[in-house]
Amino acid sequence: MSIKSEPHAGNLCNLQDRVAVVTGSSRGIGFEIARVLASQGCNIVLNGVSNESAIEAAAETLRQDYGVDVLCCFGDVSDASVTADMAKAVFKKFKRLDVLVNNAGILDDGLLGMMTQDQINRTLDINVKGPINTMQAFSRLLARSPSGSIINISSIIGREGNRGQVVYGASKAAVIGATYSAAKELAAQNIRVNSIAPGYIKTDMISAVPEDTHQERLDSIAMKRIGQAEDVARTALFLASDLSLYVTGQVIGVDGGMLI
Amino acid sequence: MVEQRVFKVFVEVFDIPTDEDKSKLHYNEHPKWDSLAHMALVAGLETEFDCMLDMDEILDMSSFEIAVKTMENHVD
Ligand SMILES: NC(=O)c1ccc[n+]([C@@H]2O[C@H](COP(=O)([O-])OP(=O)(O)OC[C@H]3O[C@@H](n4cnc5c(N)ncnc54)[C@H](OP(=O)(O)O)[C@@H]3O)[C@@H](O)[C@H]2O)c1
Repeated sequence: MSIKSEPHAGNLCNLQDRVAVVTGSSRGIGFEIARVLASQGCNIVLNGVSNESAIEAAAETLRQDYGVDVLCCFGDVSDASVTADMAKAVFKKFKRLDVLVNNAGILDDGLLGMMTQDQINRTLDINVKGPINTMQAFSRLLARSPSGSIINISSIIGREGNRGQVVYGASKAAVIGATYSAAKELAAQNIRVNSIAPGYIKTDMISAVPEDTHQERLDSIAMKRIGQAEDVARTALFLASDLSLYVTGQVIGVDGGMLI
Repeated sequence: MVEQRVFKVFVEVFDIPTDEDKSKLHYNEHPKWDSLAHMALVAGLETEFDCMLDMDEILDMSSFEIAVKTMENHVD
């Protein structure tokens, strides 16, 4: 029996010369995804909405540490004209796009009966319209890539739900629905579309969680530790790279066995 | 010149004969030009002219004639 040689896993993760857009990458999970992709040679497009100098600083870090090309696109992904301009800027600079990570998102908890229309609209605009806007703006550019990949960051809350998170949960469930449909629509163009559903990850987003709730969440994680942004980023690397060439329309939980 | 390049993309994407009557090329009227084909057409034109079309241009491109006018704005 002959042994079929398998490429080294490192080669399959190689993203040299490819280009990835990561929305909401000034900090947190988004920055970590950008960093891990850059560590494999991927050129990066960073995005954020509230702090232009934070994005520039993040870009400088990636350029210096990994020698990759970085473009900064400042703006709100819930605004379709912003995402259209982003796509033009990416086309102008790189002429290609291989990976789109829809990571930008907000968490704004509220009990039923206590949420304002503004709160509801803002969460749905950023968490749902944002990824749809970028998929509209970037899918044709992704279609030119030999292995286009879209990664939509959802949440365990979008699959399981949670008290006080009706709107956030709805928005993250919508991300999964959009992923399923886009996967079917874009498969013919060889674009894979998958989602990651993180559990409880240590970033600014959870810094406002009260101490007792924080402990409750930790106790609900089978692996008995909080997730790190890098845990999510490595899964994103799998989905961005040729390791997952035949994977589409899937939701991968990155939650250490969290039960909610 | 632009018209020829645009027609070449129509022929390739829709798989129509090179002597097809251009005046019959209308979105949702020509049998080959449905919404899926429209997105393929847009991708083909963007590749041929090395550009990115705006959403309005994509939605307004309902005939061969309009496609030529649109692409005239994308030649250097
Ligand atoms: N942390 C968790 O436990 C957890 C769990 C499940 C899912 N998630 C999801 O993971 C993603 C990242 O979360 P995180 O914890 O890293 O959050 P984070 O630390 O609060 O960072 C959020 C990022 O999104 C950007 N952003 C927010 N609104 C934006 C908009 N309208 N347009 C463009 N960028 C925008 C922020 O930019 P600025 O810096 O400019 O504000 C920032 O870069 C989110 O989709 C979140 O829902 C997180």
